[in-house]
Amino acid sequence: MNFQHRHAAHCESGVVSSMLTHHGLPMSEAMAFGLSGGITFAYIPFVKVANMPLIAYRMPPKKIISGISKKTGVKFAGEKFKNEQDAQKRLDELLNSGKIVGLQTSVFYLPYFPQDMRFHFNAHNIIAYGKENGEYLISDPVFDQPMRSDEAGLAKARFAKGVFEPRGFLYYPTFIPDSFDIQKAITKSIKRTVRMMLKTPIPIIGIKGMKYLAKKIAALDVKNARYAKNFLAHVIRMQEEIGTGGGGFRFMYAAFLKEAASLHPKSYILLEASNLMTDAGDKFREFALLCAKACKNIETADLNLISQALNNAAEAEAEAYKKLSSLF
Amino acid sequence: MLQNEVPQDNSKLFEGGKKAMYAVNESGEYIIEQSSGWEVEEFATNTAVEEFNLLTDEAKQRYLSGAASPIEYLMYKNRMDLPTLASIVKMFSWRIKRHFKPSNFDSLGEKILLKYADAFGVSVENLKNFRIDN
Repeated sequence: MNFQHRHAAHCESGVVSSMLTHHGLPMSEAMAFGLSGGITFAYIPFVKVANMPLIAYRMPPKKIISGISKKTGVKFAGEKFKNEQDAQKRLDELLNSGKIVGLQTSVFYLPYFPQDMRFHFNAHNIIAYGKENGEYLISDPVFDQPMRSDEAGLAKARFAKGVFEPRGFLYYPTFIPDSFDIQKAITKSIKRTVRMMLKTPIPIIGIKGMKYLAKKIAALDVKNARYAKNFLAHVIRMQEEIGTGGGGFRFMYAAFLKEAASLHPKSYILLEASNLMTDAGDKFREFALLCAKACKNIETADLNLISQALNNAAEAEAEAYKKLSSLF
Repeated sequence: MLQNEVPQDNSKLFEGGKKAMYAVNESGEYIIEQSSGWEVEEFATNTAVEEFNLLTDEAKQRYLSGAASPIEYLMYKNRMDLPTLASIVKMFSWRIKRHFKPSNFDSLGEKILLKYADAFGVSVENLKNFRIDN
């Protein structure tokens, strides 16, 4: 099969853009991410992940697939299975018929995943594009090279249990339009994102959520050094480690705005907003750097400084959305 | 982030792999640049891994001293916490916590033991006659 593996920052936007491109609707990862409204910020103290509050820089899993379907008219078929045998049989069938297939997997069980990057996250998206000598050919967007997996390993990853349980979930496009009204799609999705980031009435979402987290950081108890250190490291991980393309997806969104500018009559607004978003991403990285420095000597850390750095990033990002508000 | 600012800190975590990052090149265009890792990110991931190792060690001591069943040890060893394990074996956290107690663990039936064994990738037999290898 003539399938081109593409290296991407994030799994879901990477899979979607690769699939559409393969099927004749060329799309960059940043465009898939932006059009589907993938960016967000949420600090949810009452949902715990490994004993830490949930901090998200992007929308929940499957949002990119559903968002892209809505904005472009692409249709996906999705299937879940009762057991590993049926799931593997169906995957083999689809591969034999020449399809490339999206799979939901757990990073903890994928055989090719580096040991120290393995955590229990069940919504990792990959593409299977063939089978050779009993091994699946895998295009995992967050790896620079195509990967391989044996049958048992992939079955385990597809049937991991727990939150976001995949149950062998696989998907493939069934309808791809020749074209769609991209200007309209850009305006519409940006409008949604701007409204969510600036106007959500709950104080834990959007710019307000960032400022809330900043307050929480300033109030961390450094005497409980173990917790304080783990908390700050957790924030960094969600922002930089989890396939974000740097700066908690802010650079990817800036790349989307720049690409959108070349397709939209109000390009000057989009270009300016892109630069502002890049500035926000840079400030998020400064914030991450300060968090890491503080962890190394947590007892004497200046938490106000870190808190202020996050506020600065929040302000910078708000500027980008305010600029985008003049689009509509 | 400019293209020449994309960190190349040769993170050990990547085991030689590269990750894609978004950066601005000299002509002001956004590109995907491969990064060999960022020190800050490596530190954060290591902190999370070390925390699990520490929790595993603490649970190991409790197991060896007879204060805890192997469930708690195996949970942390498999990089799970209580909510994660609860969602995997489909039991309430408080119920699992009860199974941390050796006397409660010893009276567990095959069905429950099988759930735990599956979650930890061991056999029921191994779980019943549990030994810490190292």
